[in-house]
Formats: sequence, C-alpha cells, structure tokens
Amino acid sequence: MKYMLLIYSAGTDAADTAAAADAPSFEDWMIYDKAVKDAGIWVSGDALADLTTATTVRVGPAGERTVTDGPFAETREILGGYYVIDVPDLDVALDWAARCPGSRGGGSVTVRPVAEFEA
Amino acid sequence: MEERAAETVTPAESTVEAMFREERGRLLASLVRRFGDLDLAEEVASEAIEAALVHWPAEGVPPKPGAWLMTTARRKAVDRLRRDRVYAARLAVLQVEADRTGPVPPAGADGDLPDERLQLFFTCAHPALPAEDRGALTLRCLAGLTTPEVARAFLVPVETMAKRIVRAKKKIREARIPFRVPGADELPERLPGVLQVIYSIFTEGYAASSGPDLQRLDLAEEAIRLARILRRLLPAEREVAGLLGLMLLIHARRAARTGPDGGLVLLDDQDRGRWDRTMIREGSDLVLVALTGGPPGPYGVQAAIAALHDEAPDVATTDWPQIVALYDVLLTLAPSPIVALNRAAAVAMRDGPEAGLALLDGLSGEPRLRGYHPYPAARADLLSRLGRFSEAAAAYRQALGLAGTGPERAYLRRRLDVVEAAAVSPENG
Repeated sequence: MKYMLLIYSAGTDAADTAAAADAPSFEDWMIYDKAVKDAGIWVSGDALADLTTATTVRVGPAGERTVTDGPFAETREILGGYYVIDVPDLDVALDWAARCPGSRGGGSVTVRPVAEFEA
Repeated sequence: MEERAAETVTPAESTVEAMFREERGRLLASLVRRFGDLDLAEEVASEAIEAALVHWPAEGVPPKPGAWLMTTARRKAVDRLRRDRVYAARLAVLQVEADRTGPVPPAGADGDLPDERLQLFFTCAHPALPAEDRGALTLRCLAGLTTPEVARAFLVPVETMAKRIVRAKKKIREARIPFRVPGADELPERLPGVLQVIYSIFTEGYAASSGPDLQRLDLAEEAIRLARILRRLLPAEREVAGLLGLMLLIHARRAARTGPDGGLVLLDDQDRGRWDRTMIREGSDLVLVALTGGPPGPYGVQAAIAALHDEAPDVATTDWPQIVALYDVLLTLAPSPIVALNRAAAVAMRDGPEAGLALLDGLSGEPRLRGYHPYPAARADLLSRLGRFSEAAAAYRQALGLAGTGPERAYLRRRLDVVEAAAVSPENG
C-alpha cells in the first residue's frame, strides 16, 4: 500500500527555541533518505524549493488564467517536501513518518494513503 | 466455558444474550485476523450467531461452541466471497499481508478458539482514529454492543453513531490500520491508549457529562467487563490491573452515590455500609498487583487512592497524609491541573481548609480548569468551611454556570441555598 508523507516545516515565527534546537541537519536527511531507499520502500520523493519561488495558477469558467505569486507563509506550516513509500500498513507508514527528520524541530509529517482505483 | 463465565459482572448478564455478546468479540477477532476486513467479519459473525440461535436450542449447545461459530462464519464468508469476485480479490491481498504479520496464537485454554481479541483492542484504540470514535468502536467490536446500544450509551442519535462507526471503519480499511498486537517495544507507547479508551467508557457511564441520569451503570459495567478481558489477555501488565482495580473501587460505591430522591451524594456524606465490600476487596487486591514489582503507573496510583477511601470507616479516619503522598506521585507520573485540584482537596483534609484554599487559588490561571465545575465547587466548599459564606455562594453560582448533569446541578443548588442562608444570618455575619 502506498502512502504519501507530506513534510511540513514550522513557520519561522512559530518555531520555539527548544524545538529549533532539535531541528534536523542536512546529514539527518541524507541518512533518512538512504534508509528509505535501502529498505526497498521508496517510490518517489523530493524536497521542494523555497516557498518564495512558488507560483499559483487558477483557471476561471471562461478559461481565463490567473497567475499569482505565492502563496506566502500566512499559513503556519509550509509544505517542504514529500515521500511516497510502499509499506504493508499504516503502522509501518507511521514509523517511517516518525523517523523522518521533518517530524522534529517543530515540523510535522502528515501521512496520507494514496487512493487506489479498481482497474 | 467456565473461564468465560467468570467475566460476567452481574447475575443479570449470565443470560444467553450476554454469552453471545462475549462470543461475538472472540469470533469477530478471529474472523478479522483471517479475512483482514472488519465489515465482512461483522456480517458473518452476526449470521453465525443467528444460526446458533436457531440450531442450539433444538440440537443442544455443541461441545466447542466457539469452534462451531467460527466454522459457520467462515463458511458464510466463503459463500459471500464466491458471489463477489472483486471483493475477494481485494481481500486476498489483505490476507496475504495479514499472514505476514505473525503466527496464529495457539488454541485457548479450553481447547476452543484461540483468543485473538487483543489485536482488536489495539485496532479500535488506534491513535489514528478520532478519540471520540475509539470508545464506540471498542464497545461495538469487543463488548458486542449493537450500534443503537452504543448510541444510547453515549446519548447520541442512532444515525449519528452509525455514521461515526462507518467513518471509523472506513479509515481502518482505507488507511489500512493493521489488526495486530504491537511488539513488546511498542507496548509502552500503545497500551495507555487502550486503557484510556476503557477508562473513558467508564467515566462516560459513571458520571455522565450531560443528561438526566447521574450514572449510566451499563456503560461502567461494560468498561469493567472490557478491562477483565484485557487483564486476562495481558496478565503481566500491571497498569491493566491498576485500571481494573480503579474502576472496581469507584464502582463499589455506586449504591451510595445517589440518595433516595435520586440526588447526588458526595463521598464525604455517603453511607459506607452500602458500599460493595466484595468489589472493594477485589479492587484492593488488584492495587497490590499494580504497585508491586516495578515503578507504579498512573492507574495503579489512582487505584491506591481509591482503595484508601474505600477502606476508611469514615472521612475523619481516612489516611489523608497517604492520599496526599499518592497525589504527589501521580503529579510526577501524569501532571495535570485536575490532579493538582484533587491534591489540594486532600491537603485541605490533612492540613485544614486554609491550606487547601491557598493551593486552589494558585491554580486559578489554569486554562483547563476554567470551564471545569469541580474547581469552583471545591473552592466553594473550602470557603464555606472557613465561614466565608458570601464568597462561597459566589463560587457555587460559578460552578452552577458550568455543571453538566441534573443531579450535580441539584446538589450545587442545595449547597448554594445553605451558604446563602448562612451569609445573611446574623450569627454568621
């Protein structure tokens, strides 16, 4: 069963000092990424570039395209990356989410099953 | 069957219906393990029990009733899967993965079905489910209650409860919450969740937070029954003993808790002759188990506090220093403003109302006590004992603005009348 781990980092103002001290290092991410791949559960995954590079597109009923800069961090938590992993059940997915460096330092990881459609 | 009969709480439960409620949980757990699907398991468990109700009265109860029910249910499941190929294909995948999760436990002590209910306890109490649905699901799957029974117990419309159960089962199925017993390394993290579900069923039944009846005994007894099952499944877990002990020691006072008019009678004023001595003895024995052989857990300590109350002949001879000491332990194990409030009340009994009041006033900034009526009620009690009647009246009024059950409100109103009268009477200034 495939699960997506959505990795959210805390907004800078929300991060308290105790949590920030626990913030993961680049090395932590490298170790985790290797562990996911070595376990044979990796399907896909990426880190997203800084939120200041984000652009939003909306298309209206007449097909008119609206392109806007952002969104910016009025939202407290920012999606910073994701993994899709293939594991037997939710408990295993939650274990991998807990091991993910993004779940520490005031960040969080949301685990969502990937929808399966009958062929 | 003897062992199972021992789980019944009251003679009224030793009916055929209660026996099937008990069997249903065991059957369901075994079916879930084999088919990996709660809906299918529930459906065929019900059908098998219906079949038993037809056959057993005529043909007699088979020597291994559990095995008979299981065989019947499996046959019905196979029939259903033959009719529905898509469903069968999906289940086949689930089943293969379920088989990987561990060996099938050996047959039970009575040579009948193995007891596989433990995994179902952990699934129903899974932290990924909404907290409000865990109790409902546990009552339905493990206590064998029907959805209307669960709805009545929680005082919600049947339709609402049915929706909640469907939603919870959908999450179990679609997010694939597993049916498995956590490993020894995970148990310390997961067991408190299961205990919390059982205790919340108990407190929900015992001191209904709303509605006309102060106590809904059925729910409290269901919680005790669930804890007895869990205790047999996890005999080495001392907190399970602590939880069962705690509930028995509280439940032992049930007859004295309401007066002849249905009004609430507080611990101090209860007729202790009406307490259930057998239940107290059983609870006290469990306290010993819970507090022996390692560091105590929060349920064991709470049970010890309840035991000190239950074993005291009256309020004056209650071992208040020991109770305060236990609250100190509890505050380190499970710090909460509600524990601090109870500790303050115990300190008032040990050192006098002034000392207790000082502690209570120190808790005034706690957000969790803001809407919690026992807080102003406890202040009111100590203020009235200090003769500060108009302040006591104000605190009772504040409590009345928050209190839930009818009997609780009636009690607070009676107390308010007493202190208001005292406040205006010239002798008391």
